[in-house]
Amino acid sequence: MSTALATPPPAPGAPLTKKILTADHPTWCPGCGDFAVLASFYRVLEKLQYPHEKIVTFAGIGCSSRFPYFVNTHGGHYIHGRALPFAAGISLGNEDLHVFVFGGDGDGFSIGGNHLVHTARKNVNLTYVIMDNSVYGLTKKQTSPTSPIGFKTKTDPTGAIDQPINPMRTLLNTGATFVARSHATQVNHMVEMMTRAAKHQGFSVVEILSECVEFYAGAFDSSIPRKGGTWTLIQEKKNDGTPEDAARHDVTDEVAAFKLAGQAWPGSFGVFYESNARKTKNVLEAELVAKARERTKNATDLQLLQSTFSKMR
Amino acid sequence: MVSPNTPETPGGAAAPSAAPRSIHDVVIRLAGNSQDGIQSIGGFLARLAGRTDQDVMTYMTIPSTISGGPSIFQVRMGTGDILSAGDRADMLVAFYQHSYDAHIGSLRPGGVLLYDSDHVKPVEGDHRFTQVSVPITSGTVEAVGGAGKDKGKNIYILGLIARIFDLDVTKLATLIKERFGGKSEDVVRNAMLAFDAGFAWPQNNLRDLFYRFEAVDGVVSSGRPQITLDGNSAIAYGLLAAGVRHGAGYPITPWSSIMEILRTELPKYGGIFVQCEDEIASISTALGFSYTGQLAITGSSGPGLSLKMEALGWATMAEMPLIVVNVQRGGPSTGMPTNVEQSDLLQAIYGSHGDAPRVVLSPKNVEDCFYTAMEACRIAREYSTPVIILTDQAVSTRIEAFDEPDLPSIMVKPGADLSPRPADFKPYPVNALTRHAPPGSVVGSGKYPTVTGLEHDELGHPTGSSKLHTQMTAKRRDKIKQLAATLPAPELSGDSGGEALLVTWGSNWGPGREAIARVRKVGIKAGHLHLRHINPFPPGLAATFARYHKVIVAEINDEGLYGYGQLAMMLRAAYANPAIESITKTDGLTFKVSEIVSGISKHVESQALDASLGVSRRSPLAVQP
Ligand SMILES: Cc1ncc(C[n+]2csc(CCOP(=O)(O)OP(=O)(O)O)c2C)c(N)n1
Ligand code: SF4
Ligand SMILES: [Mg+2]
Repeated sequence: MSTALATPPPAPGAPLTKKILTADHPTWCPGCGDFAVLASFYRVLEKLQYPHEKIVTFAGIGCSSRFPYFVNTHGGHYIHGRALPFAAGISLGNEDLHVFVFGGDGDGFSIGGNHLVHTARKNVNLTYVIMDNSVYGLTKKQTSPTSPIGFKTKTDPTGAIDQPINPMRTLLNTGATFVARSHATQVNHMVEMMTRAAKHQGFSVVEILSECVEFYAGAFDSSIPRKGGTWTLIQEKKNDGTPEDAARHDVTDEVAAFKLAGQAWPGSFGVFYESNARKTKNVLEAELVAKARERTKNATDLQLLQSTFSKMR
Repeated sequence: MVSPNTPETPGGAAAPSAAPRSIHDVVIRLAGNSQDGIQSIGGFLARLAGRTDQDVMTYMTIPSTISGGPSIFQVRMGTGDILSAGDRADMLVAFYQHSYDAHIGSLRPGGVLLYDSDHVKPVEGDHRFTQVSVPITSGTVEAVGGAGKDKGKNIYILGLIARIFDLDVTKLATLIKERFGGKSEDVVRNAMLAFDAGFAWPQNNLRDLFYRFEAVDGVVSSGRPQITLDGNSAIAYGLLAAGVRHGAGYPITPWSSIMEILRTELPKYGGIFVQCEDEIASISTALGFSYTGQLAITGSSGPGLSLKMEALGWATMAEMPLIVVNVQRGGPSTGMPTNVEQSDLLQAIYGSHGDAPRVVLSPKNVEDCFYTAMEACRIAREYSTPVIILTDQAVSTRIEAFDEPDLPSIMVKPGADLSPRPADFKPYPVNALTRHAPPGSVVGSGKYPTVTGLEHDELGHPTGSSKLHTQMTAKRRDKIKQLAATLPAPELSGDSGGEALLVTWGSNWGPGREAIARVRKVGIKAGHLHLRHINPFPPGLAATFARYHKVIVAEINDEGLYGYGQLAMMLRAAYANPAIESITKTDGLTFKVSEIVSGISKHVESQALDASLGVSRRSPLAVQP
């Protein structure tokens, strides 16, 4: 971005606008679903108005993982599949930050699958957005863990034969405390899901079906009404005592969430699960520190180490 | 049981038949099972040495099985500098028949065998050694009372050793009370009962096996108190002193104790150590911490370091400061996980992909573990680079006493620099050292940086430019060369020129020093150079090497396909000096001084040296010298 320094810096404390948040021009193919995710993320940040310098946009490797270059915040582009443990270090290293991680289905469910499980189970406070195109985009059309059986790729020229994962079930299984699903053709919905995810205390994850027009065109047509598909929103319980409310989804009900995850393709969109019952790792670690500080009567670093050495004399 | 010195009636008050004999140092090998607490005897002796004028060096093997099994602890104590754990033992304490069988061969002629007469039947009439039969088990049970069974055998033996070597009993008693003080009074009382029983074991049975360490003169005390700890602890506390408050890791022997200490200690300092799902996540989380401006540590042993390699490449490309500890063990793969080897040197320097220069430091002993950790942190911060601390199993578990560091003058304040960055801030300047702007810091231009593993321009934007890749590769290389220019000359002892220069690295420092002293004793002009900075090398090596006919590198790894150990290969590549030779070994054990001397003799023609090798030296404990 050679023009970067030519634009005058925004006045300190000026509201965050799309203009301020825009960085390098995306390198994605025209029509790629990821553009809409980016546009929605700008809107999320416009809504949330966090202090600019406290937002971190982070990613692994993949087309979708180029995201941080296109958002003008502190950020980073790490290695394939490992952005979550890195982001956990960011979140646990500085409590003041708002940490967002973006990545693809291969990055998150394949090479990074184990990190997903452990970052979620530890309930590290951060927001993770998986842009699922059911294919490896950056490496030009190989089978991904969400590619459906029969999908022809360069690594499965006669069609994929391995059972794909069910992303929603996988995410619920990890113990993530906020799990939602959205679609790159539904900007308002994406904004709502990502905003709620950002506000959630703990590990929040939003899976967004985002079409790769280059290598898997039409992958998600069955959930796009204008292409003849069905767009089914999850109706969340309002606790308004009405008879219809009984049929609505209780986001704190894990079993109900699994049931939704078991629906036939294309399934439903919205918040599957949300719970504040578990403390975040950030809080648990802070409690460890508080207890330890109490036990040591707030001794200084020097006093602490000196007393350790004294015991070694 | 027939023994040259059949115990006399207990309680015999006869005085020892001779006055204590003066010795310079002694090597005691304790052989038993891991649950016998023989390590703690070593711990007590080491701490005692820390509180007296004696010096001490310990050496330990731990069984790789969990449920106990044979274990040894070797301690060498004496006057003045004790640099290695000793090649062979002067005294063997054998708790079991298997201990006797496995270790009698390590006893020097004239040495003393103390064996538990309740468990061991030594070869009758073996006049190479002085055999002393001691009812260790029954003596302990009798002293402590049935309830404790034979728990406390170690303390009983400690008492006996204290008697034989005229150790400071008051100080030892204090150490025992301190050690068990946290537990119930019974525990302290039982320990003291066992100690006293060992100490008071009828003197006549010991005949004239009484010794006293030579008076120390010429040894200048620093006046500082001594602290006693193992190498892994020294690294952990060195990191704390250096202001490290963040870390992440995954358990593996022998690295684990560092992460265990940090997990326990860091919360007291307001810090955090995360146990991750694997080594890749560990280095990633540590890099995440470093990215927030808090220099972080991760670590592992051989196989785990291999798992960290991709991320290490990123750390070089993104120029992220990071400390990585690697406690080397026997490899490849699971190899010999509780043995020592120095076979990760090339992995540490060159592992990962692409041109990924980084810094590698290696501590020479336990004290140096502390200061190496501090130095690693300073370098990582100053040059914004990953630094590997390459230590090994031997130094990680060894206990040594050394001057307590002067904490008030060296403690580094932790914390991230979140000050605002000027409008012309560049995350990756071509002609200056990188200084990251951690998240939370305002950038004056309003344009926020992306740290990246893609080749990038000065502002961190990805680039495919050949010119920039060349420039940035050179930048990442030159900053390490810039560091090299600031490094102090390595420690050189002995002759400053001559027949042979012995080069060592890591925990071979002590045996190397002793070996050169031995070589010089027979009239050969020789020096010893020890490298702590493994990558980059300190300046001036080529000139130093040129002053010797042979430059002989001793290291614990394989000679490889081309006949040279890993450091020797590096040095030959760097300086193209054909005088560089290599001594290697792969038995999973630390170097014996004699192994290095004999290695040198292969490259230096000297009949005197060859002759000295043939001499089997009798133990100073021998009854008839
Ligand atoms: C260690 C490693 N292995 C393989 C790759 C090659 N690689 C880069 S991106 C990618 C897959 C990307 O797929 P996905 O995560 O779904 O992202 P998308 O491009 O589809 O958005 C692969 C295999 C790599 N960069 N690093
Ligand atoms: S290859 Fe597919 S995922 Fe990648 S940018 Fe192009 S359309 Fe998007
Ligand atoms: Mg994909």
